[in-house]
Amino acid sequence: MYNFEFAKPATITDAVKALAAEDAQALGGGQTLLPTMKQRLASPATLVSLNAIPEMIGVCVNDKGEVCIGGATTHATVAQEARAHYPGLAALASQIGDPAVRNRGTIGGSLANNDPSACYPAAALGSGALIKTNSRDIAADAYFQGMFATALAPGEIITEVRFPVPQKSNYQKFVQPASRFALVGVFVAKYADGVRVAVTGASTDGVFRWAEAEAALSADFAKGAIDALSPPKGDMIADLHGSADYRAHLVKVMTGRAVAAAG
Amino acid sequence: MTQVTMTVNGKSVSGKVEGRTLLAEFLREGLRLTGTHVGCDTSQCGACVVHVNGKAIKSCTALVADLDGADVRTIEGMANPDGSLSSLQQAFQDHHGLQCGFCTPGMVMSAAALLKENPKPTEHEVRGYLEGNICRCTGYHNIVKAIMAASGQDVSQIAAE
Ligand SMILES: Cc1cc2nc3c(=O)[nH]c(=O)nc-3n(C[C@H](O)[C@H](O)[C@H](O)COP(=O)(O)OP(=O)(O)OC[C@H]3O[C@@H](n4cnc5c(N)ncnc54)[C@H](O)[C@@H]3O)c2cc1C
Ligand code: FES
Ligand code: FES
Repeated sequence: MYNFEFAKPATITDAVKALAAEDAQALGGGQTLLPTMKQRLASPATLVSLNAIPEMIGVCVNDKGEVCIGGATTHATVAQEARAHYPGLAALASQIGDPAVRNRGTIGGSLANNDPSACYPAAALGSGALIKTNSRDIAADAYFQGMFATALAPGEIITEVRFPVPQKSNYQKFVQPASRFALVGVFVAKYADGVRVAVTGASTDGVFRWAEAEAALSADFAKGAIDALSPPKGDMIADLHGSADYRAHLVKVMTGRAVAAAG
Repeated sequence: MTQVTMTVNGKSVSGKVEGRTLLAEFLREGLRLTGTHVGCDTSQCGACVVHVNGKAIKSCTALVADLDGADVRTIEGMANPDGSLSSLQQAFQDHHGLQCGFCTPGMVMSAAALLKENPKPTEHEVRGYLEGNICRCTGYHNIVKAIMAASGQDVSQIAAE
């Protein structure tokens, strides 16, 4: 890894200032960025750690009943502290990678990276979450813009993510055992005004909503409601772990399982 | 260069490090604590697991500069004060939980973190917690058995597969 300057600001304001320097980059848990830097696929001149900014760490519930998670909160903390408020989200966090990855990796880092096989994008899109940055609020529907692409501008920091809490929810992850990421993952959430179904791991466009399943499940929230649907169309990922058809098939299977498990 | 001070196995250490210095490198090359192994250097294998502020992390994927003030524990800090093996380490020996030993420091550190969170884990929970620790020798069976035994559970009925 090339060397770099290291900064560890204590406030969001100071972090934004530090990130304004040329070739500066934010460091969350480093679980993605450090391996990338070791491979010299990234070579920031300055790394700005977001791990000592108290206002970006922790889980709370606001007066609208939304679960608010600081951008630098680890997966392990979400798994534990969100359990009482949003069990479907906590369960998703508890399945990311392995315990050591969960003790470092953060929700902000995961959403900023937007890996097409990552878990959190499915929860954020499936919950219609609000992604709050140092400068604006971005709805999840506008935030994800394809594989590894997001609405974030250079130097913009995810400070908080707000999740409206559904009546029922569940995440089903078909694990790719070597990477521990999702080969296909489906997050289903039932809200008073309809059902959202977000799919990760499957599409070359990254996380997406399966509209036909949402319509069918909004009319009847039962596993059988999607039986008649054909698997989602679109550009599915095809690689040595699974063909495009296989992934499309898995989307339907995992959606059914998520509905059944949500109860 | 960044000035850092940490506690490692109960002793305060400080020094100047480059931004890019990894915790694994600092422990092995700086402090000569070579019990922490680097198997993959890509956060896959878990041989480098240590505890930072009581939590298991992969030391190959953490910057020392980001850990100023941290309390670090490595495999060298796991034995009893008189130098004898801790009950968890002894269980690995008793149940043949290691062969070449390369993965063992990471296995022991992960297992210790598990037992702190969950003092009587089921076999399923042990296997789940070790998801990030890869062993090329043992087939895991005896590692799991050792950890179950260290938690005070009867493992006499767990037959070798
Ligand atoms: C072995 C292993 C298994 C894994 N398995 C899974 C899995 O099953 N599911 C899954 O979803 N993920 C998985 N991951 C990825 C893991 O969840 C990462 O922690 C995560 O993708 C990145 O988060 P981080 O905090 O480590 O970010 P970093 O690696 O520190 O940063 C990633 C990117 O985000 C930027 N960034 C970081 N924080 C912010 C912020 N607050 N605002 C804006 N930009 C920011 C950085 O500049 C960088 O570009 C796995 C990783 C490993 C090593
Ligand atoms: S050396 Fe750190 S995970 Fe393999
Ligand atoms: S004992 Fe050899 S790698 Fe585990």
